[in-house]
Amino acid sequence: MKLRRSMLFVPGDNAGMLSTSFIFKPDSVMFDLEDAVGLSEKDSARLMVFQALRHPAYRAIEKVVRINELNTEFGLKDLEAAVRGGTDIVRLPKTDNADEIHQLDALVERVEKACGRPVGDTKLMAAIESASGVVNAVAIATASKRMVAIAIAGFDYLVDMHTHRSSGFEPELFYARAAVLHAARAAHIDAFDVAYGDVNDDAGFLREVGIAKLLGFNGKSLIHPKQIELLHKAYAPSEAEVSHAKRVLAAADEAHRKGLGVVSLDGKMVDPPVIKEAERTLELAQAA
Amino acid sequence: MKVVKESIAGTLESSDLLVKVAPSNKGTLDIVIKSHVFKQFGKQIRRVVTDTLAQLSVDAGSIVVEDKGALDCVIRARVQAAIMRACGSNELDWQRLS
Repeated sequence: MKLRRSMLFVPGDNAGMLSTSFIFKPDSVMFDLEDAVGLSEKDSARLMVFQALRHPAYRAIEKVVRINELNTEFGLKDLEAAVRGGTDIVRLPKTDNADEIHQLDALVERVEKACGRPVGDTKLMAAIESASGVVNAVAIATASKRMVAIAIAGFDYLVDMHTHRSSGFEPELFYARAAVLHAARAAHIDAFDVAYGDVNDDAGFLREVGIAKLLGFNGKSLIHPKQIELLHKAYAPSEAEVSHAKRVLAAADEAHRKGLGVVSLDGKMVDPPVIKEAERTLELAQAA
Repeated sequence: MKVVKESIAGTLESSDLLVKVAPSNKGTLDIVIKSHVFKQFGKQIRRVVTDTLAQLSVDAGSIVVEDKGALDCVIRARVQAAIMRACGSNELDWQRLS
């Protein structure tokens, strides 16, 4: 299981962050060529990301490149830099429909062939940032075999919905979170929750992490390294959860040895979904 | 590639560098490296800069590098960006950028 709890945004033209982000050990690092980079620095940032992708320090970390939209003058050049640089995943922003993923898939294949990467080696993820994207989330998530994740991006989505971020329960994001998450689960890919913008508000960040975790998101997009450890700790199973998971798996093993289909533990049935959840808990605990 | 105009790339922030490129009146390649870690890394920085220029087939121009402790990959990228700008080139030859 590839853990994707934390995806750290790194502005593509920020030399300091490009030179240090690997130290913080996020599950994935996302080099951003889109919103974090001013128009006059797009060319330089593209080269910075191309070079950073090839740096040995990033070899052990999953690398994602957020390219500009394909209908801009930057999108195709970004894609060339990302695929030729060896990115693991290309993240397409503002994805509204499956056709955009089909187009991206074809373009990635063309670059892979041109630079000698095996076809299919580069994976894709889509950021959903509009009402159209949310409505088409299932089609987007299943649009390509390369798709490994989708993310809900809150700021543009809420502007599109004529609303804004609240604190607390965040009802304004409820439908989008649920829709994107269901699309991801139906497509058997991962789902990322929105970034939390106030890096000085740990309590607010952890409250939102709690919502994302409970809903079932794999993790969150992060905008600051300090959020990585907070997130990983929040996603780490408790000792009691680990202990219970081990007992579940032991009970399942015993049932298997005895040729029983189902067994009970503490009066509760242990069936395949419970076993699967226990295995996931232990994997998360091991990673944490 | 031929340097036809002045250009600049990078910043003076920590871990970055500023690269200034200008056409050479004499047709020579003049490289100036300034760095607060010049004693330890001056030769290495110069090697990365000259290798990057060679990859881009730049044999004339004035190149001034003000390093603030950048990694080799950052040096390569900033030099490449400055040269692309100085040559007025929008199309990248990826084979040269490896």
